[in-house]
Amino acid sequence: MISGMAGTLESNDTMITVTPAEKMSIEVTSVVDAFYHDQIVKVIYDTLLEQKITNISVTCQDKGALDYTIRARLLTAISRMEEQDD
Amino acid sequence: MIRSMLFIPGNNPAMLQNADIFGADAVILDLEDAVSPQEKDAARALVKAYLESVSHQAIKVYIRINGLDTEFYERDLHSVVSDQIDGIVLPKARVGDIEKLLTILYKIESETHMKKTMGIIPIVESAKSVLEIEKLAALSRIQGMLLGAEDLSADMEFERTKIGTEIDYPRAKLAFACKAYKIDAIDTPFTDTNDVNGLIADCQKALNLGLNAKAAIHPNQIETIHDVFSPSPKRIEWAQRVLLAAKKANEQGLGVFSLDGKMIDKPIIERATKIIDAAKKYRLLPVDHA
Amino acid sequence: MMQQKNIGYYRLIMLNSLGRVVPDTLRGYTSATAYQSKNRILIPEKAVVTKPLFLDSISAIFDEYHISDGMTLSFHHHLRNGDGVLNAVCQEIKTRGIKHLTIAPSSIFPNNAIIVDLIIAGNITNIRTNYINGPAARPIDDGKLQGLLLMDTHGGRARAIESGDLPIDIAILACPTVDRNGNGSGTEGLSACGTLGYAQSDLRYAKKVILVTDTIVDKVKQIDLDGKYVDAIVQIDSIGDPEGIVSGTTKITKDPVGLKIARDAADFLYQAGVIKPGFSMQTGAGGTSLAVAAAVRKMMITKQIHGSFASGGTNGYYTDLLKEGWVDNLYDVQCFDLEAVRSYRDNSHHIAISASKYGNPYEPNPVVNNLSFVALGATEIDLDFNVNVTTDSLGRLIGGSGGHADTAHGADITIITTTLAKARLPIIKEHVTTITTPGEDVDVLVTERGIAINPRRVDLLEKMKNSNLTIMTISELMAISHQISGIPAAIKEPGKVTGLIVYRDGTILDQLYQRF
Repeated sequence: MISGMAGTLESNDTMITVTPAEKMSIEVTSVVDAFYHDQIVKVIYDTLLEQKITNISVTCQDKGALDYTIRARLLTAISRMEEQDD
Repeated sequence: MIRSMLFIPGNNPAMLQNADIFGADAVILDLEDAVSPQEKDAARALVKAYLESVSHQAIKVYIRINGLDTEFYERDLHSVVSDQIDGIVLPKARVGDIEKLLTILYKIESETHMKKTMGIIPIVESAKSVLEIEKLAALSRIQGMLLGAEDLSADMEFERTKIGTEIDYPRAKLAFACKAYKIDAIDTPFTDTNDVNGLIADCQKALNLGLNAKAAIHPNQIETIHDVFSPSPKRIEWAQRVLLAAKKANEQGLGVFSLDGKMIDKPIIERATKIIDAAKKYRLLPVDHA
Repeated sequence: MMQQKNIGYYRLIMLNSLGRVVPDTLRGYTSATAYQSKNRILIPEKAVVTKPLFLDSISAIFDEYHISDGMTLSFHHHLRNGDGVLNAVCQEIKTRGIKHLTIAPSSIFPNNAIIVDLIIAGNITNIRTNYINGPAARPIDDGKLQGLLLMDTHGGRARAIESGDLPIDIAILACPTVDRNGNGSGTEGLSACGTLGYAQSDLRYAKKVILVTDTIVDKVKQIDLDGKYVDAIVQIDSIGDPEGIVSGTTKITKDPVGLKIARDAADFLYQAGVIKPGFSMQTGAGGTSLAVAAAVRKMMITKQIHGSFASGGTNGYYTDLLKEGWVDNLYDVQCFDLEAVRSYRDNSHHIAISASKYGNPYEPNPVVNNLSFVALGATEIDLDFNVNVTTDSLGRLIGGSGGHADTAHGADITIITTTLAKARLPIIKEHVTTITTPGEDVDVLVTERGIAINPRRVDLLEKMKNSNLTIMTISELMAISHQISGIPAAIKEPGKVTGLIVYRDGTILDQLYQRF
């Protein structure tokens, strides 16, 4: 199946896997879920919106990454997924 | 003038977020040797996102892009060249490479309406590059030059040692060229991060040959590097006395004066001024404490 | 100042001076110096014993002393994560099905997991300790302890025992070597653990005292536990696992961020005039705290400054300091490694102190009051400089004061060293989840992005005003952490009360709550 993955499970990093999907879904598990779960979902959602991508399923395993790391890993995962498609 | 440049692996979020806290005068976010070929895209995206969200006032930020002989350098440049950085560190730099790089930089800077102009720090790490040191130093936008002794040793097929006699020549050549063109002469990293005494000796060697800065591959090296490449308390105290005496002499209308039995003239006063400027910049002037 | 707050018609809530809810049947914390206007309360010491009983098993203790429902049993924690005695006693409680017991070990570690079963089954209904880490904490977080968890400081536990606040029926004290007269030694035997500072109050004030050992000799060389208080001695095969008791030597952290924080802390202390001839110090024994000690030592060597003493739990790093003559004495309440045990045994300047002499506010001159500085950690710190080392930011138990609040009060300067955030989560909060140490005793916060000085310390603010260190208000530091990490969401409202944080003077500092 086509998918893209980026990032690691190291502290302060985030591992993101994306696959094409019928509609947008974002699933996040984080070591700081109680404090940043919604914020992480927001960063992912905002980035997808900015990239004008909606038919994608995003899974994020987070180890306390800052917003820019989440954004970067997501963008990399998406471009890796798109490369597979070529 | 700087004293230290700290390499930070570009694909490591934990290290990126602390890049600015170690007190290095400049950081080099590394897209080249610290990043495996499969992760070049991830590193590029991470560094770009990092630069967009963080602004460092007190510290200079450079990016070591992949060499012009790779498939990566163009995308590297388009991702990172921005007002958020001070310049590009170019590996395996040759005169022709710099000219090619300058063309790309001009293009990006004008297309994106940048306020800043990018500096360039070539890494001298091949025999041919060593021969081109004088020409490189003279090129436009060169802010300093970094010696890359590990790759150079591979090219020269000699053994890389802690004593470092094998790199006396390129070190000296670099020091003279950089001094002539008033740019930073940056020494090669000391790779044994556990050997503090070895690092001190290596820094001292570079300083003695006339280099003014050193690259660090671990934050724990910064303190030692600064100890060696900063003006010493003795030097600072001497410089303060010179400037004080110069001030007094000026007030009394004396053109030339002596201190400690030595004649103090304009070049010495200039040297003392540079030392105090550096001391101020690095916050080394004695602090009053209880 | 105690405030009563009316919410609706139905409940009156008592707040202490820090704005924390406390039970209205107990005295709430007022200030860190309130004890100074109170008298020391001492119950009579226990009966002296001319000849101790020799029993042959843990089980025999239960029979001999009729251990039954509702009693309070106490223990020390000098065997740390290698303890076999608390576990053996718990096993016996389980076997006999005794209920409603209070246990008062000075600390609880991960290897005391058997406590989980006893909490759930109701064998143990109340716990009083200074530190709890590991599986035993979980059922307490989940509200399964039928009574309450009371948490003291090391000095406060001594006060509680000597005043009768914590009445002990039976003290069961592990002791590496015991002699025919009941005298105990911490430095001889297979499970040598060094000083026995946390056992001293139990020894004198429990109704009955039992020593549990694996080595009996004719006469111990050095008396750490005075045999005149000992009612009985039990010899078992092994009192614990030496690996867990004293494991290697703690190494200084190599993490560059921790090292930078340590250097800045040492620089601060020097610029504040603290590191001068005859100064005294205490730091924790973990990797980062040791880095602070190392940075201070470097300064001592460079400036040729000798200290009068170092105190705390000791390890090889501190015994080196003593050996090399950088401090005159070590005052030791517990040994963390074999180096420390050996040094205590062989060096007359390595001096054992009881928990009381260490940090009991009612001691005439506790060691903590003589500290020039103490460097401590934190899981959280708030804008009033209150510190939490008891729970994480979810309110779950991860530790406890230990000597934190004691040293913070006694030391001239209390420095908290920590990164600005741990795994994204900012350390600086508006209000800490649990108050372990009140802000009036906390002076400086050192992080990798800046240093904050408690506004109460006008003297420090004045001394440091021209410093080259990055000093700002704690609010500014918090703002920086929020800029980097984002503002963390608030956690859910707490559930029922599961425990109390008891300040060293016996007043209530804060409560522990069930969290979902």
